[in-house]
Amino acid sequence: MSVIVTDRGFGPDHWRGGFKRPEEPGAGPGIAVALDLGPDTDPETLRDRLDDVVLIRVRFPGFADGRGFTIARALRRMGFAGRLRAAGHVIADQYAMARRSGFDEVEIDADLAARQPEPQWRARADWRAGDYRARLRG
Amino acid sequence: MYRYSEFDTAFVRERAAQFRAQVARRLDGSLTEDEFKPLRLMNGLYLQLHAYMLRVAIPYGTLSGAQMRQLAMIARRWDKGYGHFTTRQNVQFNWPRLEDVPDMLGALADVGMHAIQTSGNTIRNVTADHFAGAAADEIADPRPYAELLRQWSTDHPEFQFLPRKFKIAVTGAEADRAVIRAHDIGLQLVERDGARGFRVLIGGGLGRTPMIGKVVRAFLPEADLLPYVEAIVSVYNLLGRRDNKYKARIKITVHETGIDEMRRRIEARFAEIRPEFTGIDREILAGIAAQFAPPDWVARDPAPFHAARAADPVFRAWADTNVAPHRRDDHAIVSVSLKTPGATPGDATAAQMEILADLAAAHAYDELRISHEQNVVLPHVPRAALPKLHAALKAAGLGAANIGLVSDIIACPGMDYCALATARSIPVAQEIATRFEALRLEHEIGPLKIKISGCINACGHHHVGHIGILGLDRAGVENYQITLGGSGAEDAVIGTRSGPGFAYDEIVPAIERLLLAYLALREGPDETFLMAWRRVGLAPFKAALYGPHDTAERADAA
Ligand code: SF4
Repeated sequence: MSVIVTDRGFGPDHWRGGFKRPEEPGAGPGIAVALDLGPDTDPETLRDRLDDVVLIRVRFPGFADGRGFTIARALRRMGFAGRLRAAGHVIADQYAMARRSGFDEVEIDADLAARQPEPQWRARADWRAGDYRARLRG
Repeated sequence: MYRYSEFDTAFVRERAAQFRAQVARRLDGSLTEDEFKPLRLMNGLYLQLHAYMLRVAIPYGTLSGAQMRQLAMIARRWDKGYGHFTTRQNVQFNWPRLEDVPDMLGALADVGMHAIQTSGNTIRNVTADHFAGAAADEIADPRPYAELLRQWSTDHPEFQFLPRKFKIAVTGAEADRAVIRAHDIGLQLVERDGARGFRVLIGGGLGRTPMIGKVVRAFLPEADLLPYVEAIVSVYNLLGRRDNKYKARIKITVHETGIDEMRRRIEARFAEIRPEFTGIDREILAGIAAQFAPPDWVARDPAPFHAARAADPVFRAWADTNVAPHRRDDHAIVSVSLKTPGATPGDATAAQMEILADLAAAHAYDELRISHEQNVVLPHVPRAALPKLHAALKAAGLGAANIGLVSDIIACPGMDYCALATARSIPVAQEIATRFEALRLEHEIGPLKIKISGCINACGHHHVGHIGILGLDRAGVENYQITLGGSGAEDAVIGTRSGPGFAYDEIVPAIERLLLAYLALREGPDETFLMAWRRVGLAPFKAALYGPHDTAERADAA
């Protein structure tokens, strides 16, 4: 079972709608969907089709691969206002980075949740504090 | 000088606390070794050959006396009584214990310093011209921009897990003392039609595939600095290769993508990012710049300087090599050599650090710099104070008059400390320095930059040395390759390999033959080694290195 981490801590995954890859049929314009993006996605390719998307999940194949953070930022800059989820190997130490990059939540597996329990994630629920970049951007 | 704001202070304290917790979570198994590694690296903690090494940032190379004294305290209390200044304006402590590191970070925070992002695949310590704010030839002090970049890059949420490390250097002068052309991003302050901006270069770097940076934007209005740099790193974060760490630096991305396509992508990303910056950064920059206001200059008659220079040949030799022009005629910039022949290039003992801090307080408005050439600079010294300063330096064993000469060698730690080394570099530097001291040829030879790396990663910048030495491992035996004619300055160029390498006990005699050949063929003392190389090319130096017979044989074979 996956665990969804938010500022409130651990919770279950309430999304029942399934996910589609952006290139799959049925993931086209006019249909409300959730998209599953690999780390090699060029966010530009999604620019004109974000209106009907309610949830985007960005995959982190390994915690040392930081592309997902830039993808999230790019999606937010394009105006994507739906739910944005980082999923895969994301560690508690990256929670603040994920939130600051525009993610709403992190999806981790049960093993990682056991190894890095809720308090370790909650410790960074204060991610708005001490953010140099946000301070400089205004 | 910049003083930490409350925000900065709270940040470094919180960061030290986070690291303390990370060490504990590594010990209790919450973090795997793989997960802990980049976390310790982004806090400056390396695992070296014999022990951990803590690399502390000296942002844009600037230190106050109090900060220098604190480095001395740290060296005494948690290390073996010395520190090592690096080519990227960092100081490394080679012997800390893991459990002491959080306390060391706390001691740094006490004086407004940190070790954040001195390692790892992050944006590293931003470096600057070590003469910034003092040089006679600069448009403006580049350090306020460097500090702005430090703040922007610190814990930047998108850029803590880049494909590879990322280095930025900034200068305010045309004469490039910050090696900006060998950085991932090089920034040079320029003026156009009375407006201030930057010439922006990307894709420079040394290592196993040396590249000179290319101009991506000839004139960037200074107000656009942060969004433009963010656009560059953002494009790189998605485009840079992650399949091969030797191809992951932006220099390879630029090489494979082409500078024109990179520029197109960067400009497009910049157009998107620019509106996110509302202008608060400009206010913060103004506040930073105010803190870099020059000291209250003390006007003093420079007569004692002229008198000492006329009377004392030792002082004169030192003043001619170690003293550079200042923006004020009655002041000077003093480079204190950490390259006394026989010493380890860049090492300073705690006692030396304290003496330097005292001298900065007495004669130099309490300000010090660390140069990428691994020396200490007192940027603002009244000329009248130079004789006293020199006497004090001499008494402390810091009076070597060799800045920019044969024995002012850049050398990486090499086999003596570094786990990646394939050869020794420190002893080679020491032996070259002592050999030319014995020959008494150093001042005769004049300006010369020798740079030594202990492996192909090129931390000693050998590619851009006038003479570069690269230590390799050939079937278990150290072998030293020579490159000639490199430069890291505004005329940056990668050096040319001379031919086959030399064994450890052959490398110093080879350098000696090379320099005797230079003395024989130069048109006069005004023709430096680099100028002579550019005039005559490889052939005569090759003959000096390998002998005429060998050269003829090679010519036959070719
Ligand atoms: S050049 Fe090689 S040996 Fe020298 S410090 Fe760098 S990695 Fe270590």
